[in-house]
Amino acid sequence: MANFAKPSVPQFSVDVYQNEYLPVGGRDVDAVVTVTATGGGTSGATGVTAGGPAGVVIMVDCSGSMDYPPTKMEGARAATAAAIDTLRDGTSFAVVAGNHVATPLYPGDGRLAVAGARTRAEAKEALGRLHADGGTAIGTWLRLADALLGGEDLVIRHAVLLTDGRNEHESPESLRAALDACAGRFTCDARGVGTDWEVKEVTGIASALLGSADIVADPAGLAADFTAMMENVMGKGVADVALRLWTPVGAEVVFVKQVAPAVADLTGRRADTGPRAGDYPTGSWGDESRDYHVRVRVPANAVGQEMLAARVSLIVPDPAGGDARPVSQGLIRAVWTHDVAMTTAINPQVAHYTGQAELADAIQAGLDARKSGDQDGATAKLGRAVQLAAASGNADTAKLLSKVVDVVDAAAGTVRLKAKVAEADEMTLETRSTKTVRVKR
Amino acid sequence: MRMDQKPQPPSHGLAACPNPECAEPVDPRDRYCGACGYDLSATVEPPGGQDRPTMPIAAPVWPEAPPRDPGSLSTLTQHPGELPGTDSGGRDLPTVPVRTDGPVAAPEPSAASAPVAAPAPSAPPTPAPTPEAGPEPVPPSGETVRGGGDFELAAPDPRVAVRVDPATAAPAAAPGADPGEPAEGTCVACRAGRVDGDGYCENCGHAQPRERDHMERELGTVAAVSDRGLRHHRNEDSFALTETSLPDGRPATVAIVCDGVSSAHRPDEASAAAARAAGAVIGEALPRGTHPQQAMHEAIVAAAEAVTALARTGGDGADAPPGGNSPACTIVGSVVTDGLLVVGWVGDSRAYWVPDDRTAPAARLTEDDSWAAQMVKAGLMNEAQAYADERAHAITGWLGADAYELEPHTAAFKPDRPGVVVVCTDGLWNYAEAAEAMAGALPADAALRPLHAARVLVGHALDGGGHDNITVALTPFTPPPAGAGSS
Repeated sequence: MANFAKPSVPQFSVDVYQNEYLPVGGRDVDAVVTVTATGGGTSGATGVTAGGPAGVVIMVDCSGSMDYPPTKMEGARAATAAAIDTLRDGTSFAVVAGNHVATPLYPGDGRLAVAGARTRAEAKEALGRLHADGGTAIGTWLRLADALLGGEDLVIRHAVLLTDGRNEHESPESLRAALDACAGRFTCDARGVGTDWEVKEVTGIASALLGSADIVADPAGLAADFTAMMENVMGKGVADVALRLWTPVGAEVVFVKQVAPAVADLTGRRADTGPRAGDYPTGSWGDESRDYHVRVRVPANAVGQEMLAARVSLIVPDPAGGDARPVSQGLIRAVWTHDVAMTTAINPQVAHYTGQAELADAIQAGLDARKSGDQDGATAKLGRAVQLAAASGNADTAKLLSKVVDVVDAAAGTVRLKAKVAEADEMTLETRSTKTVRVKR
Repeated sequence: MRMDQKPQPPSHGLAACPNPECAEPVDPRDRYCGACGYDLSATVEPPGGQDRPTMPIAAPVWPEAPPRDPGSLSTLTQHPGELPGTDSGGRDLPTVPVRTDGPVAAPEPSAASAPVAAPAPSAPPTPAPTPEAGPEPVPPSGETVRGGGDFELAAPDPRVAVRVDPATAAPAAAPGADPGEPAEGTCVACRAGRVDGDGYCENCGHAQPRERDHMERELGTVAAVSDRGLRHHRNEDSFALTETSLPDGRPATVAIVCDGVSSAHRPDEASAAAARAAGAVIGEALPRGTHPQQAMHEAIVAAAEAVTALARTGGDGADAPPGGNSPACTIVGSVVTDGLLVVGWVGDSRAYWVPDDRTAPAARLTEDDSWAAQMVKAGLMNEAQAYADERAHAITGWLGADAYELEPHTAAFKPDRPGVVVVCTDGLWNYAEAAEAMAGALPADAALRPLHAARVLVGHALDGGGHDNITVALTPFTPPPAGAGSS
């Protein structure tokens, strides 16, 4: 009966922040586009998701390493059970056990179960059959999740992946191929448990499938994290939303990046849609707000000229099954002027997110340098990161940085590398380096 | 003077260093000689076409003006306090001759200072006032009326102008310069794309001409033209024309011109609000019997209130310039009625008097609220020095919430001969600064064909470079027949 709940697709609004004034010969137009979805929220307690029927597949790593220490497997079981408890009645779900192959653990008949008191109990009982054995081939898990989710008529398709080790039993190419096959078909949050997994692997999966990545260093923390993740999924009102960018003849899109809540470069994800327009995937949306930094290079024009550098709109699938339609739009303009005071001003939003993107890059470069033994390079990059984090008020990242370096002077970016750094701290910093804060208003 | 100067490239045009002891070859873009360090820019006059955006500066406390120097070039104007007895009946004004702005002192016995009641010298092109069209009050508005007259000279077409590089823009104002009128809804820039609902081309993205880019209006005897110019992306000027009547039925013609301050927030809205408010107030006050000079004063106060009110309404804030401040604009207006000419202004928009008989001197009727004018007035600089300074065009008075003190200037004149009152923004007078220059640019038949003449003046500014928005309103003036005022 839950499926009869009326879907309430969120309403999108687009706000553009930019300094549209360009000097003589100026070509690069920067803008921060804030997209806010409202009204799709977590209204119905039994409505599956606000947007319509949802399906969730939980992939649990049960490779041999999950038994070392044994608390890891226990933590995974508890976390999965907590996630199942968080599912709303009526949600379709399945649990996949993953090692070098993927096994449908529950319901096990190649389909999804419908969440209810009975199925929840059965699923949790099935978790007892999870035992650590074998290797790790994440591509196979993703393909099974895709097959399970693709077999049903769902609006929101989401997966959760939990792993504790490296993807050692398939080639990086197979994982890449699996990700390419799954991209756009479902979204996936990825979590690394312990410290034996590869940060770039996990963040790569999350980024390809438009989900979040995080570390759960202590298996005991898994249940809370899974609960939060599920609540997030249940709040989604619409899937497969794309950011459409129209640019005029002669213009070039330099980049399109999501910059809040985390940095994710979408430039290479463009799918051309007709003349001068392209779509950038953004996944599924609940009640939330995200910021995008767009840079467009336009042909230079004479002073006094004004042109539209880009038109940003959101493409939302029609719940009735029709063509996806643009719902809301914002204009990025370019105006050429002699007035130096106007052309030299940098929009505060653009400046802020330029700094946040540099912060993420500096952390990545600093940690890479540290791993390769380049102490000076690591000190310089991480010092810059400390400076940027302090200047922009990114307290969470500043705190993570302080576990890797001793901060001498945050404002000047003077730091010393810590002699001894807990592996979990370093991995946490790397995984969360792309998290941004918004402009202080 | 300045009208003769064509816009110059930003260079000194020198081939060699002017220092006689050096004579090193220099690049036209050099600012200093590479050999001796001679300041090359000091050798050139400031180019007439240089962009001088209207900007407010903090109003300083100016020293008391010394007694007027008869040799000064500065225009002599009256201020309200200097005019005794401006009663609301509009009668018994003292004799106020039009002052000239020539180097010759005003008291010089000349035709310009002849008694008002004296019969006007025969003026061949007597403008035909149309009293039958006058009494009906027309609500002022900024609505665009495309001139449908039978004039041979086409108005400068902004749709042509925006495509043309400013350096070569002069031919754009030539008659009939729009051979290929693009079809409705087709981009004027690339002529290939369709124009979408936002006013941008869906192909090349270029902004399309907006209604305010070029506005023309003709009302009875008065006409106004406003144009975006060639270097600004929108028209921040505005105007209002009103024809109304005094209580006894004699017609009164009102022209208001406003120039939005570019460095302020929403200057286009400020100028539109000010022109609308001023035109409405004066159009209501005159039929009630308010003296035109008092009505002009009230209109400027009302315009200031309208602009100040804009600051409270906020707006979308999206186009707030960096460090944006309250909407602001200048204002200049003229009232022509029954042998009386009243002007009022705040800021650096101007009014000029150009007699139909061009052998008589023309005159500037306003005194800018600008840095340069203040310096000259205070005797700290001569006119040439003051206007060469980069601060010259910074205005010291404007309408807006952040104006220091509203000081509406009004002045009343009783010209003794027919002529035309030109009220305009600095987008025009930058290219015809002196009264003689303005008179030279104004067609001889301006009183008969004011709309055509306004177009010609706008074309003059566009030919000069069109560095700012250009707005001009022309009102013909006819003195009352001899003895008519005493009945």
